[in-house]
Amino acid sequence: MSGLIDAIAGLGRRVVNSIMRMGRGNIFLFHTLMSTGIIFKEFSLLVKQMYSVGVLSIQIIAVSGLTVGMVLSLQGYNTLVDFGAEQSLGQMVALSLVREMGPVLTALLFAGRAGSALTAEIGLMKVTEQLPAMEIMAVDPYRKVIAPRFYAGVISMPLLAAIFSAIGVFGGYLVGVELLGVDAGGFWSQMQSQVGLYEDIVNGVIKSIVFGIVVTWIAVFEGFDAAPTTEGVSRATTRTVVNSAFAVLGLDFILTALMFGGA
Amino acid sequence: MDNTEQKQPVDLLVNMENVSFSHGTRVILDGIDIQIPRGKVTTIMGPSGTGKTTALRLITGQLMPSEGVVTVDGQNVSELNRQSLFALRKRMGMMFQTGALFSDLSVFENVAFPLREHTNIPESMIRDIVIMKLQAVGLRGARDLMPSELSGGMSRRVALARTIVLDPMMILYDEPFTGQDPITVGVIMQLIRELNDSLGLTSVIVSHDVAEVSRISDRLYIISGGKVEAAGSPQELEASTSEWVQQFLNGRPDGPAKFHYPAKDYSEDLLDL
Repeated sequence: MSGLIDAIAGLGRRVVNSIMRMGRGNIFLFHTLMSTGIIFKEFSLLVKQMYSVGVLSIQIIAVSGLTVGMVLSLQGYNTLVDFGAEQSLGQMVALSLVREMGPVLTALLFAGRAGSALTAEIGLMKVTEQLPAMEIMAVDPYRKVIAPRFYAGVISMPLLAAIFSAIGVFGGYLVGVELLGVDAGGFWSQMQSQVGLYEDIVNGVIKSIVFGIVVTWIAVFEGFDAAPTTEGVSRATTRTVVNSAFAVLGLDFILTALMFGGA
Repeated sequence: MDNTEQKQPVDLLVNMENVSFSHGTRVILDGIDIQIPRGKVTTIMGPSGTGKTTALRLITGQLMPSEGVVTVDGQNVSELNRQSLFALRKRMGMMFQTGALFSDLSVFENVAFPLREHTNIPESMIRDIVIMKLQAVGLRGARDLMPSELSGGMSRRVALARTIVLDPMMILYDEPFTGQDPITVGVIMQLIRELNDSLGLTSVIVSHDVAEVSRISDRLYIISGGKVEAAGSPQELEASTSEWVQQFLNGRPDGPAKFHYPAKDYSEDLLDL
């Protein structure tokens, strides 16, 4: 009997802790948004973070985009050729990348590469007492540390997703046209005529902006909320990657349903 | 309790009256009274995990007391809004146990950081001030190094230079001697005392290094279990008849503070009764 009560109490504790974390996360976001002014006042802080968050992520994004585009093209060709529709390969590759693969895979890769690095960096600043030291020096860590990293992530994500999709299309072209012999004119013209600016590209950009906000929010919050120990930082880094993945995949379904569900 | 302190010292910079602090259900400080006289070096000592650092954080307003009042330079810390608290913090400095240097800034930039944040003085003047502060801690020649290139003792001296760069009224030291070699301990001790006297500061040290702090402190507080066990000058505490104070000061493994964690009878435990 006492085991059952302990189990119920444990479950209750977990639920309460989760709700408290969500509350702290929202307060954290509020403080971060209230510190937005710093990125205009000290633009160099934003540029520095965009380099470490965005530019240093380009390599993994570019390589992943290229391979994903090549695989999409290969798989798509094998299906389309059975129906004599291989001319639609360009359209298929571009739509898959712009609508889904670009934003989603970029967000997942971003969480693994930049999100985990942000969490670890902020967590270690806590462990080494850099954040409390800043507070004691009457410097607001939200302005100096959190806001520049948050906005760097939010701005970088759509740009990285665009790079992913562009290089993915190029990878699709390499395999489809250069390797499998699909007509280059058909490949590009189908893509041009069937990919819409608003319904496809803008929706993809909206997705990547939403993912950018959520993934960067999770990453900086987990670092800020981490227990100030090496174990605490390690757990926080893991939570960033896992929670970001769940959030991105869940939000992707909701956004896709809203954007394309009724069409 | 061997409390020989004066009830109303002439000029108090910090006054903690009947201060309690709890974390959840765990009571960390339980109704302590600590008075920090202006211009003196005051040390808060006690065993590990007894609430010494918590006391410091209550002074800086990083934590707020569950009960009681913390007054710094006549201002009740609990009643200050964020802006006023930050204004007060600009007048105090804190040296952390790890040094807490910003790892992406050089030694020079670390020391210049508070000046850049809080003043509009020209770059040439910032350079002069930083060099003067680094000279005071003996690290003028290390200004271009990164924190990762410094030893533990050097990190703390750079942190000390950064702490005094805005000429604060008070410096708080959190375990300044922990893990340092004897030469570094000597250097830091000398710096604390000299800076306090030459700059007219008030210093508060949190430490459990009895011998070191006894030599440089004007007043000692020993806290244990969240309460002030004893207070007075180093000489007064040395002459204390309290067994607990004697055990702590002389580092005896057993006494009023037990060596063994509470457990059932040893023989019963061995026989698994």
